Amino acid sequence: MRTVLILSLAAVVLAACEREDRDYRSNPVTAETNEKIALVPLSAGPGGPTEQRSGLGKDYEENAYHISQGQRLYTWFNCNGCHANGGGDSGPALMDDRWIYGGQIENIVQTIREGRPNGMPSFRGKIPDDQIWQIAAYIRSMGRNVPKPAAPSRKDDMSPGPAEQRRPPGEVIDGGQIPPSAQMPQ
Amino acid sequence: MGGVRLALVLALSLILQPASPILAQSTPPQPAAPSFAATPEDGQWTIPQKNYASTRYSDLSEINTETVKNLQVAFTFSTGVNKGQESAPLVVGGTMYVLSPYPNILYALDLTQPGAPMKWQYNPKPAAAAQGVACCDLVNRGPTFANGRIVFTTLDAHVVAVNAETGEEVWKTKLGDINRGETMTMAPLVVKDKVIVGISGGEYGVRGWIQALDINSGQSVWKAYNTGPDQDVKIGPTFKPFYDSDKGKDLGVTTWPADAWQQGGGTVWGWLSYDPDLNLLYHGTGNPGPWNPNQRPGDNKWTAGIFARDPDTGEARWFYQTAPHDLHDWDNINELILLDMEWDGKPRKVLVHPGRTGFLYIIDRTTGEVLSAKPFHALTAVTGVDLKTGRIAYNSEKEPVNNRVVRDICPTAPGAKDWNPSAFSHKTGLLYIPHMNMCMDWESVEPNYIAGTPYVGAEVRMYPGPGGHMGEFSAWDLQAGKELWTINERFPLWSGALATAGDVVFYGTMEGWFKAVHARTGEVLWQFKVDSGIIGQPTTYRGPDGKQYVAILSGVGGWAGAIVSGDLDPRDSSAAKGFVNAVRDLKNVTTKGGTLYVFKLP
Ligand code: HEC
Repeated sequence: MRTVLILSLAAVVLAACEREDRDYRSNPVTAETNEKIALVPLSAGPGGPTEQRSGLGKDYEENAYHISQGQRLYTWFNCNGCHANGGGDSGPALMDDRWIYGGQIENIVQTIREGRPNGMPSFRGKIPDDQIWQIAAYIRSMGRNVPKPAAPSRKDDMSPGPAEQRRPPGEVIDGGQIPPSAQMPQ
Repeated sequence: MGGVRLALVLALSLILQPASPILAQSTPPQPAAPSFAATPEDGQWTIPQKNYASTRYSDLSEINTETVKNLQVAFTFSTGVNKGQESAPLVVGGTMYVLSPYPNILYALDLTQPGAPMKWQYNPKPAAAAQGVACCDLVNRGPTFANGRIVFTTLDAHVVAVNAETGEEVWKTKLGDINRGETMTMAPLVVKDKVIVGISGGEYGVRGWIQALDINSGQSVWKAYNTGPDQDVKIGPTFKPFYDSDKGKDLGVTTWPADAWQQGGGTVWGWLSYDPDLNLLYHGTGNPGPWNPNQRPGDNKWTAGIFARDPDTGEARWFYQTAPHDLHDWDNINELILLDMEWDGKPRKVLVHPGRTGFLYIIDRTTGEVLSAKPFHALTAVTGVDLKTGRIAYNSEKEPVNNRVVRDICPTAPGAKDWNPSAFSHKTGLLYIPHMNMCMDWESVEPNYIAGTPYVGAEVRMYPGPGGHMGEFSAWDLQAGKELWTINERFPLWSGALATAGDVVFYGTMEGWFKAVHARTGEVLWQFKVDSGIIGQPTTYRGPDGKQYVAILSGVGGWAGAIVSGDLDPRDSSAAKGFVNAVRDLKNVTTKGGTLYVFKLP
């Protein structure tokens, strides 16, 4: 945990150099973890892409408390408005095995922070970093890419289908969907 | 879905509106298109509505009940986009114009050459991020032609005018901000020298408006909001609504909780009609936002209703609210068909409107008086329309409650019928309505307004209505207020209708059948299976070779078909705002597409 803290503080300090607004200390939503993750299994040269994970992701996605917090925040920040309860709407399905921008928790954290070109808003500065991780952990539970005991067992509201815990363990297939803009002629 | 309950509701609605005395007298003349829409057929199809009265009827009759069985494919063309194709192919002179869903590419095809080769394409390059704030797939409902220009809207809320000959951009005007959830999907209507357009985004807390642009410059001439103070709504001394509930000062503010009108919806994304004799523009207004009605006690003016406005100034003339304090997402943007009709022995200029509420409204288009409102869908959520007050009666048992699931609500959120337009045959005098047969469960939850994200507050799941089928294609007798015949379809009908003088009526299904049916009997005379489900608007024209052609875009999608076009996951019954639950099998029946099909006789 401490290294993460130091890393994130370092990130804040570094980021602050570029920022006009100086009151970053009082605003925890600007703090940001900095995991090294790739979007593809392919790399230039041998050995695959360079990735470096602190282990924070595991801490979140194996923890029932974080996942259930994430479930609450998923609705709170209107993710469900665009992704429904994981089945998708204007945004793609998140409970399936196909991931445009990577299905590891670190990828998902980046997706939430930075947004994605075809209509995924950037939530940087809007959601505190630890909550982004909690939401990402919950999203990992939708396709049951988290341990069964950690996955939510039931929803309080209208049941949209079997609870995460009752779903079979999932897998992650990267690059499974063609972003609509790729279909654009010209 | 007790049949008894349905019968009860039907009976109640009959009590609320006593049978018209006309039924007892000699049969009145059949309803007719107004003279401005009954001009000699020129063989073109220049606006999606076909004419200002929006009858979607062509006087061409080479393809008729005898010959239609021989229809064959003349040519096809790929729009290059695999999203829901709701647009209408237009024909002006020897050129066909086809508009794709986002990224809204406009193609001109040369009908004078074999195979209709492409003359040019115009790509407005809309912002990709707009895709996130499009509620219901990336659809566009069509371009329109006027003054040598093709005019259309883009998903990222621009309006573009393109030279119809050359494909050069004449002007492009930005009218909305996707960061506030504002998009555009409707087909503009040109009235005199003005392009009339409106904003979409009723699921994102957008404050709805309609706007007129100068056709030569693209500059805004007037803009009227559908919520807020009278001044913004363009309500002044000439506003004379028929019913008392629409009279009073600043109702667009006072019928809302403080400031709620600012995110109140009332968007304009559907069909416009225009009466040149009365010089009145007609447009509907969308659902109030958020869907959860408990957030917005009051009538929520001027959402979910119909406005008549002066197209020169935007000033409102009358308004009628089909769903005051809307409970179920019943936008009122469906087609507004202008007809001449005898009512109680007197000739009336009417506006005919099959609404999401489940009622077929016949409204005096001079005054806004509702003459009749007859159900065309199984109803549990509403019991009738009181013609004295104009007010719809909701069934209190089906009113949404926060955090409780209310079951068996019919019709559903997309309504008895959504955007896909009906056609009126000038010949048979019948209205052909593509509609649905569905019910839903609904749980209201507290929404959270974050600009640029959805503002809905409801969990919904839909399913088939009584009988188990989800689509119906009905021929409606306006005078009698009932359907003459109906064709049941497995999936909801999301395609428009086309009526022709050959007594053949066309529509398409989400499985991908393009059908020609007998206008008087409903007998299916010909059908052809295209590559993907149909949710588009069929049109017909006389080609440069003098022959009659019929055109339709295939490519499933829209709200109903988002499960296929957006690769949604059927394990989540709430996906696509609950539509996925009803059409969970659609992926096993059809795949994505985007192809123009044009048919002719050999
Ligand atoms: C305004 C609609 C909208 C909202 C709100 C929204 N998303 Fe998205 N999201 C999208 C769209 C559209 C995409 C697809 C982006 C692309 O293809 O470029 C997407 C993509 C994603 C992806 C990547 C999926 C993949 O296959 O790689 C994840 C994960 C995601 N969103 C999570 C979230 C979370 C968590 C929230 C809430 C904090 C959220 N989204 C809120 C529209 C939205």
